[in-house]
Amino acid sequence: MSGALLLEDGTVYAGESVGAAGSAFGEAVFTTSMSGYQEIATDPSFEAQIVCFTAPMVGNYGTDPGRCESRRPHARAVVMREARGPGWLEWLRENGVVALTGIDTRSLVLHLRDRGVMGAAVATGPYDEQRVLAEVRAQPEMSGTALVRDVSTREPYTYTQRGRARVAVVDYGCKRSIIRRLAAAGAAIDVFPHDVDADTVAKYDGVLLSPGPGDPAPLEDEVAMVGQLLGRTDVLGVCLGHQLIARAIGRTTFKLPFGHRGANHPVLEHRSRRVLVTAQNHGFAVAAAEDDGVTHASLYDGTVEGLALPQLHARSTQFHPEASPGPHDAQLVLEGWVAGLAA
Amino acid sequence: MPRRTDLDSICLIGSGPIVIGQAAEFDYAGCQALKVLREEGFRTIVVNSNPATIMTDPGFADRTYLEPLDVQGVTAVLERERPDALLPTMGGQIALNLARALHEEGVLDELGIELIGADVDVISRAEDRELFKACVERAGLRVPRSRIVTSLDELGGLQTPAVVRPAFTLGGHGSGFAENRDQLRRQVERGLSESPISQVLVEESVRGWDEFELEVVRDRADNVVIVCSIENLDPMGVHTGDSITVAPQMTLPDEAYQQLRDAAIAIVRTVGVDTGGSNIQFARDRVTGEMRVIEMNPRVSRSSALASKATGYPIAKVAAKLAVGYTLDEIPNDLTGTTPASFEPALDYVVVKIPRFAFEKFPGADRTLGTQMKAVGETMGIGRTFIEAFVKAKRGLEGTLDWSPDNLHPWFERELEQAEIEEVRQRTETPVYRRIDSCAGEVEAASNYYYSTWGERDEAPPLGTTKRVVILGSGPNRIGQGIEFDYCCVHAVQTFRELGYEAVMVNCNPETVSTDYDTSDRLYFEPLDTEAVLAVCEREQPEGVVIQFGGQTPLKLARAIESAGHRILGTPFDAVDLAEDRERFGRLLDALGIACPEWGIARTPDEAVATAERIGYPVLVRPSYVLGGRAMRVCSGPEAVAEAFRGVHGPTLVDRFLDHAIELDVDALCDGAEVYVAAVMQHVEEAGVHSGDSACVLPPQSIDPATLTEIGDVVRRLGPALGVVGLLNVQLAVVGSDVYVLEVNPRASRTVPFASKATGVNLVAAACRLAAGELLAELGLPPEQAPRQVSVKAAVLPFARFPGADPVLGPEMRSTGEIMVSASDLATALAKAERAAGRPLPSSGSVFLSVRDDDKAVLPDVARAFAALGFRLHATAGTAEALRAAGLEVADVRKVSEAGDAPTVVDLIRRGRIDLVVNTPGGGAEPRSDGYLIREAALVARVPCITTIAAATAATRAIADARVDVTLSLQERIDVEADARAA
Repeated sequence: MSGALLLEDGTVYAGESVGAAGSAFGEAVFTTSMSGYQEIATDPSFEAQIVCFTAPMVGNYGTDPGRCESRRPHARAVVMREARGPGWLEWLRENGVVALTGIDTRSLVLHLRDRGVMGAAVATGPYDEQRVLAEVRAQPEMSGTALVRDVSTREPYTYTQRGRARVAVVDYGCKRSIIRRLAAAGAAIDVFPHDVDADTVAKYDGVLLSPGPGDPAPLEDEVAMVGQLLGRTDVLGVCLGHQLIARAIGRTTFKLPFGHRGANHPVLEHRSRRVLVTAQNHGFAVAAAEDDGVTHASLYDGTVEGLALPQLHARSTQFHPEASPGPHDAQLVLEGWVAGLAA
Repeated sequence: MPRRTDLDSICLIGSGPIVIGQAAEFDYAGCQALKVLREEGFRTIVVNSNPATIMTDPGFADRTYLEPLDVQGVTAVLERERPDALLPTMGGQIALNLARALHEEGVLDELGIELIGADVDVISRAEDRELFKACVERAGLRVPRSRIVTSLDELGGLQTPAVVRPAFTLGGHGSGFAENRDQLRRQVERGLSESPISQVLVEESVRGWDEFELEVVRDRADNVVIVCSIENLDPMGVHTGDSITVAPQMTLPDEAYQQLRDAAIAIVRTVGVDTGGSNIQFARDRVTGEMRVIEMNPRVSRSSALASKATGYPIAKVAAKLAVGYTLDEIPNDLTGTTPASFEPALDYVVVKIPRFAFEKFPGADRTLGTQMKAVGETMGIGRTFIEAFVKAKRGLEGTLDWSPDNLHPWFERELEQAEIEEVRQRTETPVYRRIDSCAGEVEAASNYYYSTWGERDEAPPLGTTKRVVILGSGPNRIGQGIEFDYCCVHAVQTFRELGYEAVMVNCNPETVSTDYDTSDRLYFEPLDTEAVLAVCEREQPEGVVIQFGGQTPLKLARAIESAGHRILGTPFDAVDLAEDRERFGRLLDALGIACPEWGIARTPDEAVATAERIGYPVLVRPSYVLGGRAMRVCSGPEAVAEAFRGVHGPTLVDRFLDHAIELDVDALCDGAEVYVAAVMQHVEEAGVHSGDSACVLPPQSIDPATLTEIGDVVRRLGPALGVVGLLNVQLAVVGSDVYVLEVNPRASRTVPFASKATGVNLVAAACRLAAGELLAELGLPPEQAPRQVSVKAAVLPFARFPGADPVLGPEMRSTGEIMVSASDLATALAKAERAAGRPLPSSGSVFLSVRDDDKAVLPDVARAFAALGFRLHATAGTAEALRAAGLEVADVRKVSEAGDAPTVVDLIRRGRIDLVVNTPGGGAEPRSDGYLIREAALVARVPCITTIAAATAATRAIADARVDVTLSLQERIDVEADARAA
């Protein structure tokens, strides 16, 4: 069946539909990660997005339940130059993910890079271009939309009771691999929903503010909670969690033109002068400010990649130390944090 | 960390002659490194014996030494130049081994020279199996279970199947599989003799496991990036150089890939490579995911050249900057200009490499692929999908792909089912072009590096009105068409750029300098076939297409290019046809009154025999349109002629073979009317040995002035008559005072780099100016004059790679590479040439002599010369008798085929009792003859083996008269010649 990606600005990329039937709406973004398509499709941070893979061949090695980063796919649709089956295509259909293959992805990527990410739809089968585009334009903008409620756990749960340090994970759209890595580093873990109150988690040895989708700006309650929490126990923020900390201490966040999504982003760690090759997935970033505290900077565009607030016992990274998919250079961020809590 | 300020001058060691496993990739690496070091303000010194390299061009370093790459040769250079540092990581295994030897001999300490890029400990840890194993285990990883063996007595307790790997050899040289005890014994024996330190590793076989390579770069602040992953389609068991490979890896999930990445980084750290590129190879069990670390190269490699071309990330360039102190975050990415070298490349396309073999050159050789590399070249295809890239690489092969891998991954098997359909599509549909930018489009990049694809938008078509030329490269290296043509293409690019043109390069060989995006204004990494080349021409609309520098490959496309309405710059295609169509050429020679050996064309074996009878034996039988003497045979009777005919297709030439003729090569320039005879070179071997395999001397040493004048005259008549505008190569034979033309090539020849370096005249630059419309008189060339110094070019042969094939010189070219040396006299140059070619002549000891009947008459002279030098003579009964009759003292040796108890000649060679073998083979193919066994034994025992009387005579002179000469740089030699002309 034929299918197409329609961008808000009217650009259309024709291809073939190989996933679930129907249409999907979201923000069109691209990731340059060359492996880990299943992890990407199930990463809650891709909620409300249509993900284009710059990797030319996707699906080569099939799927495995162990590679899911959450209970369900979050990418609304995936867009590929060459989808490979059968496992991956079956998985897409079974999980209701709309998918296109045969798309001129490089042209799409160059377009998004030059114009910025934008609203889009994937239509499968016959469609009315004007109607779909009208619907695309009627979708809420990514900026200003709160998405964490849709992806957070509803109820608190215990992941593991055993560990040398007690850690609360606030789930704004947490990836399983973060929890796995924390556990492997020796943390006993309870996971809480996005709207947990500060008092509940402040009792723990440490609180991990998880990654999650979208813009941190509309998450006022979450920011307020983080504000109340800071200083009471050790806090580590990752990605969205990092942005929430930044906002809680009064810093601003802004939308990047086309985000950082990939597994090859070099980050300079100021303290050690070392370069970490990191996994990244964010459309928003923390604005640089006078009062420093910046521990890491992107070697790609200079944006803030990490903060340290020693007085508040908090630190954060914009990049993903849990990787998955991506390189393990920054793994020590999680392990070191847990070790510090246990000490 | 910024550039080190405590270093001023740096010496770089090249990789010497092209051999299997060590090819043009090190010219690419060396060129990049030199470029960087000069930009950084260092005084650069380069030592490399290979004249066909760009890195040895006088303009590429401050001082260039074409000297033997042995301790003696490099020490002489270091003593003269006193560099602050030595960079050994750009010249392959040769350079690393030399660096180690220089350290061990105390040369580096004595002269106060620092090794940069990799120190001796790192080299040892990566190369010494035991140390490497310890490093891998320290990193928490495993190598295949193994044991070091240094003698045949240590085989007890070893398991088979096993792999035997000698320490310190090139491209897995001397390695092999052993399925059982017998094979194990044989492989170990061979391996011990191949290893310079007589050490082999016998290890657990991981045959059939998937094979991956990672290209890693580390800086002195311990930052590490992975530039590229490479997956082999041929699983473990086939040398990676012989495997079809793909980048990025296709079949591993992220968690498995990250495991390799983590492992690679851990190994680089434990081995301790401080700065630069390394290559790490892994075996992985497809089912269990178990992993073994196979090997590591703490230097740039063939794979790193491939990775650089595959990603647009210039590993050698970055490695050179790291070696002088920079860190990865400080080095900008060339293609984007805005991101640093710590940004790992992201690919939005697929790259496939296919090796090219030359088995047809080595009848009798075992064609089975194993752990010892046999490929002589490679071609790379880039496409948006695996199959697109695969088919492109296959198109670039210029030959059929004969490939049936064991245990191919099912993913590849499925993809390959589309190959045929894809090929039809590629040949019928119009392509578009995409940029390679190292970042999958994430960063704006003004990259000039393109590949074609189908069904997408065209990206960044050429703009502007600058006139353009499209220069066609020479495709994969092969015997007969090697790096020398890449040298020519690169010079053509440089010259046309100087002349104000945009130079557009088309080539598909990832090893080369011409496919460095830094070389041309635009690079199209495309196969050199009609469809691809015409599509590029259509896009570029060049003022002309340049075909005379890429060897035979572009010439085959000339007709199609002309019929598509594009102009061929310089010599028109008709000149090529005129020179290669023997009937047309014959008529031309008649008209010009130029002699050639009698000849005829035959289409059947009977016709061939009839022609031979008319001409008289011996005759040379070969197909028309050849390069590198494919399927060429010298026949001395009708049976041989009929036999030779069986191996060829189409019209076949039968030429009178001029026995005992002196062969000459002339490189000349012609502007259509005038001719400049740039270089006359005399072959050391007589006619009958392919010109590419014969050593040659410039200027000629035994041609009288009148004959030389006549030779010049012949060339001067041929150029304009053929309509040559550019380079012209003429091969001639001299018998007495008669001059015969053997062959004319109206294009750049294999000898152009050698001739250019020996004379100091850049022949390619001159030819390009002629092609662009200038006249000879306008070029300001120095007067034609034989150089004062003697330069020798000698061939390097890959016989050791092809057990089973007779290691003997003949009309079929077999050499993979060449060396060049210069000296003030012939003997010194010849002695040095043999050293540079890796077969130094002994100054004393025992020589074994055995020659064919034709050579018997002159043998006593040669034997006497050896005896006079103090050599003990050994010969088998018949020859010994004859020599004794001539008054010489000779020891009798038993022939292999003779009954008896005394050691045979082969035994003596194996036991190291013979220091030099002179064995000239009789006519006709006699597999397993005594001569063959002698030559093979010499090859295995690394005893120099001379197979022509002419070369033996030259050797006696070299041994007798070689002097210790002052080591001069190429720049100084060129000055010497200029002074000589001025005087």
